[in-house]
Amino acid sequence: MEHIRTPKVEQVKLLDRFSNKSTTGTLHLTATHLIFVESNATSAQELWILHHHIASVEKLSLTTSGCPLLIQCRNFRVVHFVVPRERDCHDVYSSLLRLLRPVSYDELYAFSYNPKQNEQQRDEGWQLIDLGAEFERMGVPCDQWQLTDVNRDYKVCETYPRDLYVPITASKPIIVGSSKFRSKGRFPVLTYFYQERKAAVCRCSQPLSGFSARCLEDEHMLQAISKANHNNRYVYVMDTRPKLNALANRAAGKGYENEDNYSNIRFQFVGIENIHVMRSSLQKLLEVVGTRSLSVMDYLVGLENSGWLRHIKAIVDAAIFLTKAVTVEGASVLVHCSDGWDRTAQVCSLGALLMDPYYRTIKGFMVLIEKDWISFGHKFADRCDQLDGDPKEVSPIFTQFLECVWQLTEQFPQAFQFSEWFLIQIHEHIHSCQFGNFLGNSQRQREELQLKERTYSLWDHLLSEQQLYLNPVYSPSFAETHPVLEPSTQPWNFKFWRNMYHQFDRSMHPRQSILKNTVMLKENSKELEIVYLCKTYLLLSWSYILSLYTLPVHSVHPGSLFGEERTVEGSSATENGYGEIKGSFGSKSEPAIVSLEFGVARMTC
Amino acid sequence: MEFSEHIKTANVEDVVLKLPFQPPMRGTLCVTGHHLLFSDRAEEREWQLLLLLRNIDAVEKSVENLLGYPQHPKAGQSQRTTGSSGTIIIKCKDLRILQLDIPGMEECLNIASSIEALSSLESITEMYPFFHRPRELSLNDPWGLSSPEQDYVQTERLWDRWRLSKVNSDFSVCPSYPGAMIVPRTVDDDALVKAARFRQGGRFPVLCYCHHRNSMVIMRCSQPMTGANRKRCREDELLLQAVIDESELGYVIDTRSAQQAQQARMTGGGFESKSFYRPWRRIHRHMERGKVLQESLIKLVEACGDPSHNMDRWLSKLENSKWLSHVHSALSTAGLVAECVERDGHSVLVHGSDGTDTTLLVTSLAQVILDPASRTFRGFLQLLEREWVQAGHPFQQRCARSAHSHARLRQECPSFVLLLDCMWQIWRQFPLALEFSEALLLRLAQEAYASDYGTFLCNNEQERCTLGVKENTHCLFQFLLRCSEREKYINPLYEPTELAIWPSVQPQSLQLWTGLFLRWTEHAETMAEAREEIWTIIKEHRERTGAEETTHTPPTHRDTFTAVENLMDELTIL
Repeated sequence: MEHIRTPKVEQVKLLDRFSNKSTTGTLHLTATHLIFVESNATSAQELWILHHHIASVEKLSLTTSGCPLLIQCRNFRVVHFVVPRERDCHDVYSSLLRLLRPVSYDELYAFSYNPKQNEQQRDEGWQLIDLGAEFERMGVPCDQWQLTDVNRDYKVCETYPRDLYVPITASKPIIVGSSKFRSKGRFPVLTYFYQERKAAVCRCSQPLSGFSARCLEDEHMLQAISKANHNNRYVYVMDTRPKLNALANRAAGKGYENEDNYSNIRFQFVGIENIHVMRSSLQKLLEVVGTRSLSVMDYLVGLENSGWLRHIKAIVDAAIFLTKAVTVEGASVLVHCSDGWDRTAQVCSLGALLMDPYYRTIKGFMVLIEKDWISFGHKFADRCDQLDGDPKEVSPIFTQFLECVWQLTEQFPQAFQFSEWFLIQIHEHIHSCQFGNFLGNSQRQREELQLKERTYSLWDHLLSEQQLYLNPVYSPSFAETHPVLEPSTQPWNFKFWRNMYHQFDRSMHPRQSILKNTVMLKENSKELEIVYLCKTYLLLSWSYILSLYTLPVHSVHPGSLFGEERTVEGSSATENGYGEIKGSFGSKSEPAIVSLEFGVARMTC
Repeated sequence: MEFSEHIKTANVEDVVLKLPFQPPMRGTLCVTGHHLLFSDRAEEREWQLLLLLRNIDAVEKSVENLLGYPQHPKAGQSQRTTGSSGTIIIKCKDLRILQLDIPGMEECLNIASSIEALSSLESITEMYPFFHRPRELSLNDPWGLSSPEQDYVQTERLWDRWRLSKVNSDFSVCPSYPGAMIVPRTVDDDALVKAARFRQGGRFPVLCYCHHRNSMVIMRCSQPMTGANRKRCREDELLLQAVIDESELGYVIDTRSAQQAQQARMTGGGFESKSFYRPWRRIHRHMERGKVLQESLIKLVEACGDPSHNMDRWLSKLENSKWLSHVHSALSTAGLVAECVERDGHSVLVHGSDGTDTTLLVTSLAQVILDPASRTFRGFLQLLEREWVQAGHPFQQRCARSAHSHARLRQECPSFVLLLDCMWQIWRQFPLALEFSEALLLRLAQEAYASDYGTFLCNNEQERCTLGVKENTHCLFQFLLRCSEREKYINPLYEPTELAIWPSVQPQSLQLWTGLFLRWTEHAETMAEAREEIWTIIKEHRERTGAEETTHTPPTHRDTFTAVENLMDELTIL
């Protein structure tokens, strides 16, 4: 609280990003949120911005109406305030600057957030996802794969989890030797087991091969992976980097596997760019789509120049390659990049999603993220800039993964139990630091922070409101007929994800939503069905049934899909179609001026 | 019949047909006066393809001598000893591409030349709609959905200030207008005749829409023939004056840029000058037309056929085609017109140069935005009939060829396809507001270029009268409204709204119409299944709520075309 100089500023204007509309209200600054309350008596809408979501605050040059403050958020919200007095603006600005750069984990929201749960509920929340059970589901341990305790104390690899699965023939000395030959000690371990063909997906980091170094233990390790698969002796080694990057790494004593030194491997570069390229690509994309009165040409040129969709496609292409090798050829695959926690996580998790329908359910998707991202040490703290750190470590790697999943949901509308709001909600919370799951960079760090004792689990929270994230056209029978998804990689299947990058730009959304409408109909039908069953079998009185079953209808009204703290523009009352249409064009400001929504036709009479 | 002159080989056996996403089929190919028929009777399943020759945009043939280059090792299938074969690639106006492998070089060449000749017949009365006689339709059925007379009688808010003029009943005043038009009550027929002389092609300002909320109107016409020396026409000025009250304002939306409008004066055209049309304010909104639009379509279709999987290449081709820019400008100009009427409460006059393309595009889209009646199934077809068919959009010229044709461009222009694309964009943004589905838009896109029905024949009402189109063909719109057809094109989620539906025209809100442009290139099965699922949910909902029994079936896009109907009728004509 000591950082807040002015807790409340009145008569602040909030400007719309793409039109000339503005609303006036009061700005409140709390320890965790920046809150804007519209002063309009009839619809006092509120806008809550978590400090952790703020990526940058900018004070623009003074105008006649006041001092503009531009706030850009990591969840792609951009808000433009105009504060009447310069001094207030400066106070808010400097307070925010301090608040949005927490220096220690203890300052994060998760440690003060309290959803009114008791200890037992909290523990149950954390126990929802059990990775041991997940490997059992895959059929591991089995006659070829076993659980190793070599990393019990995080001694062999401090960024890996404690429990790791390796081939039965890989002895401890081999594991330790191999880990010494791999960057950051991240030796090859199992991440997904395709039971049908007994083929394994393994992951690791780049070998420290330099120009000619060899490591017999590492070679043995790959041999062991090869031997564990009786269907296909060949192991694909997918280096997800562009060849040039891998070559450059050799000069630093790192590099890639030499096919001559390893028997039975097929080496393949995939060409996904590194975190720096991805960061600047998203930056470019956001600049383009944030332009006011953008022309179609500039949009398409900007989309192309940003390279964003090209990168997304490269990741999906890699996942398809992985999936084909495993499901069609029945071969085991070893995936790595440089350190094995960015591109490797993307490709392994997306590949598993293509191969296994379980990961396309709400619970399964949580398990997938828990396994391939959280436990295997994707550096969420660094990549999502949770603490004031090195800006060069920040990169939208996980965002890209979510987007790849979204691109797949667009191609296979019936294959996923969840809708895009689920993905967007998860994205919201990798930055919000409201729950413990994504804090820190590795399991070891999370244990040190005692997150399970001091914070709550996001998965529990999301499961409790999973009604909001259901995909109404999800069909479990689709999974039976399409256990493995084979997406098309034609470029037109990769689209700009408007509902992610413009999730707060209401004017850009479709004015009516098929998804929401269908969810509503489906829910209504369910309620009616229950009523019907009750009526016929239980012979209860009408009034009783109604009092019992009409209540849930209101509680699952899809209006709440957007969550109460996420909308400036509309409360849930506007979700019924009519209201939305009405709300989309505001009132006429001056009688003789054709408003500028459709262009430049300003006229005076 | 003279068709037979063009048919040297009517039947070929053992032809292999390759369609996208289907295994090759072997069967018999047959060329008739209007159709290409392929039938596969080999196994128990009987499969036929009936393709209107009119639908064929381009034929590419290649013949090979099999003696030199054995291609079919399975020679057991065909015992032909000629040792040669040919391949014909047929590119359709509905953007489908099919391949026929024909044994026998001569047969192949004959078939190709028959297709080329018969698909480009110019005589309208020889076209298939004049021969199409389905059993369930009768030529005595009403043709068309409405007429200007009926429209006038049914719209009470017009009676006070507007009248119906039959000055053009013999098409002498304006050859491209229908026989009756709605004009200001205070303007007599003589004045109309004079105003018509001042407008290109005689297309004087007429009413096309009167807004139900404030009785403001949208009118359309062609450019005034002011020419280089700024000619005036008193009657034309009075006509426009009569539209609005003295105190009020009106907007002229010119679909050309200010510079283009200036240049038009050199060739006798021009624009309404401020000093002579005092209460009217002119706004220029540049929209592409004619050849530029056609080339845009050609480039887009080319891009969609590109087999490369390169992201950047696709985006740059998409951008280079400029198609989405045209969608953007059409929607935003229509939005501007609607804004003038609904939010500003002023009347609008729309014109470009001819008043037969961009003008109609803008006025019809503005009506969809404003008028709930034009968002119903019937209402939308009525809108098309009024604003496109009767208003004289030259379908015959504009839709003679499509994107694949190698022929030199003449008057081709995909204005109508652009309208349908804009409608699709509106549907994407307001999935509940339209009573019809994407399937209807796709069907119309196809029918405009090649049809069993007479609706899109000819360039205007005068030609239709001269050729007896209404007496000798069936009406597509009537057919689509029949119960059995209607179900295929209904939007299950439709919820009428009285409000205006303002589409977003941000580039991020516009999308490529994959349903049309990638219809035959993309596997849309999973999409169709999802649509079906939505249907099921809605049906369940309706059953539970006890609403009237609905027997709707999900719209399936592909089956609209392959249905073989009335082949026997046609064969007897031959």
